[in-house]
Amino acid sequence: MTPELMEAGAEALTRHAEADVQKDSSGGSASFGRLVHGLTPDFSTGVALYVDDITVSFDGFKALNNLNLMIKVGELRCIIGPNGAGKTTMMDCITGKTRPDSGTVSFGQNVDLLRLRENEIAEIGIGRKFQKPTVFEQLSVFENLELALKADRSPRASLWHRLSGAQLDRIGEVMTLIHLGQQAQRQAGLLSHGQKQWLEIGMLLMQDPKLLLLDEPVAGMTDEETERTAELFLSLEGQHSLVVVEHDMHFVDQLTEGKKTVTVLHEGSVLAEGLLSDVQANERVVEVYLGR
Amino acid sequence: MNMMNPPTTISAVMPHRPRLLTPKGWLTVLTAILIVAVLVPVLNLLVPEGNPVHLSDYLVGLTGKIMCYAICALAMDLIWGYTGILSLGHGLFFALGGYAMGMYLMRQIGRDGNYQSDLPDFMVFLDWKTLPWHWSISDSFVLQMLLVLLVPGALAWVFGFFAFRSRIKGVYFSIITQALTYAAMLLFFRNETGFGGNNGFTDFKRILGYSATSTTTRMVLFVITGLVLIGFYLMARWIVASKFGRVLQAIRDAESRVMFTGYNPLSYKLGIWVLSALMCGVAGALYVPQVGIINPGEMSPAASIEIAIWAAVGGRATLIGPIVGAFFVNGAKSWFTQVFPEFWLYFLGALFIAVTLFLPNGIVGLFKKKGEQQS
Repeated sequence: MTPELMEAGAEALTRHAEADVQKDSSGGSASFGRLVHGLTPDFSTGVALYVDDITVSFDGFKALNNLNLMIKVGELRCIIGPNGAGKTTMMDCITGKTRPDSGTVSFGQNVDLLRLRENEIAEIGIGRKFQKPTVFEQLSVFENLELALKADRSPRASLWHRLSGAQLDRIGEVMTLIHLGQQAQRQAGLLSHGQKQWLEIGMLLMQDPKLLLLDEPVAGMTDEETERTAELFLSLEGQHSLVVVEHDMHFVDQLTEGKKTVTVLHEGSVLAEGLLSDVQANERVVEVYLGR
Repeated sequence: MNMMNPPTTISAVMPHRPRLLTPKGWLTVLTAILIVAVLVPVLNLLVPEGNPVHLSDYLVGLTGKIMCYAICALAMDLIWGYTGILSLGHGLFFALGGYAMGMYLMRQIGRDGNYQSDLPDFMVFLDWKTLPWHWSISDSFVLQMLLVLLVPGALAWVFGFFAFRSRIKGVYFSIITQALTYAAMLLFFRNETGFGGNNGFTDFKRILGYSATSTTTRMVLFVITGLVLIGFYLMARWIVASKFGRVLQAIRDAESRVMFTGYNPLSYKLGIWVLSALMCGVAGALYVPQVGIINPGEMSPAASIEIAIWAAVGGRATLIGPIVGAFFVNGAKSWFTQVFPEFWLYFLGALFIAVTLFLPNGIVGLFKKKGEQQS
């Protein structure tokens, strides 16, 4: 038990008590309603994301079991866990792909993510990278980034859209950052696996999200590419909150720099939280990973 | 070694995007306009019959008909080729536009029908005394032309809204559209619906006071159809070249990524779906006075599948391909059905298989490949 975890637990408990009081007025449970547009998340408490006590079950199998997680503004958090621990399901819940059976997920302290659709969640500032790199294969690298560029998403605006000089510069900047500056006109489907991963990360950056969810971002990358990716993520820390799900312990070690919190998921809930070295020494974690 | 990492400048990044068409493209469009609006009328109306360059009325009628089909194929390309949504019910929108036009043409017959009645013949035959409510504006050309747009548009909007909101995709969507057009066909086959049952509408006499069968009227319809086709082509080109068009292609390639990038695919899909239906409605309205008949056969599932075949044969996601495909397949059809009438369907099936196996990019893809090899 780290002090941080204790704090988060205490906070979750008070919030839970509050939620219990409000239960009549539609609060407290997963909701499919729609939210009024134009709501901006409030980060004044320094917390970017609260995942509070969510449970998801598929045909009786509990993919997530009373999961709690709290990500601070500007924090880089790595999440590890064996296959089937619920890492991807957790991301699905945050981004609106899956609705949890119970619990709440909020962005900042005021936006209830469970009330929003996928595209609305993306628009208020949560970007997600999929486990399998997902880019628009028939479009060029440039066009992929252009589509992700922060701009009015309505069809009418798209019909009359013209790139401004500043937006062009931004695209160029990101292209250099993801080392695809020379491939601007290349069809995205022709890129290597690692390059596609980067392109997808670049697309997230174009969206300029407050929170980035990265599902196995270095899968299929060479050691050198992995190294560069770690550098990129570390440079983003502080301006953005990052949640990185990864299996590659070497990469996690690079990202945490021996001083950041790592969360271990197992069977849909948090098994341990703390420094990587502490977590790796944790008996239960070893047990789960080695199946003893 | 400065070459290793040159600074990324705007010019290096900015893609080369021609405005809408290349100068050569505009020249082609201009040529097409001249052929449709000048050359064909001259060769058909002014050059006397028997002259080797005279264009027969039959050929003009056939080309006019195929141009209507080409509009449908173009509409299909926007929704299928670019957005990846295969509709097997586009014949329904075509037929609805055609019926809206047909209602006006039926009323223009006036008392010249077989029964010399104010009512259309089929109503007299059914012993109806007054016009049904949905025929109340059929005397007005302007209002009825609004229906040409409104009926297919509204149906497409309602159907599309619920289908796309429920995230019905792929083959499920295709099957539902197929069922929709089939259901509509059964409905229109019934006499009670007030659309002439299985005979539909025919025997048109006049359009806007002009004889519907005269060579001049037919030529005017031909020219209008050609110009509409070219206009729709330019509109489609503009849409596809815009960011809207790239979002459509993105939806085709990875819809989930589009959603998680903050776009609502529903409004994009609905927009292009309704537009596509409107184009088919207009095509239907132009088709009916030229061929002189509309019946529920146009709503048969096979008719809708054929539209998809034209697009596939010509080359999807090229815009020009489906137009070429519509001309190629229908040209072959009219030749085949004259020479070997029994073998047409076998040929169509073989053609579809051959295109799927050997020409995934259609006829147009064949030329593109050659062009790439040369350059």
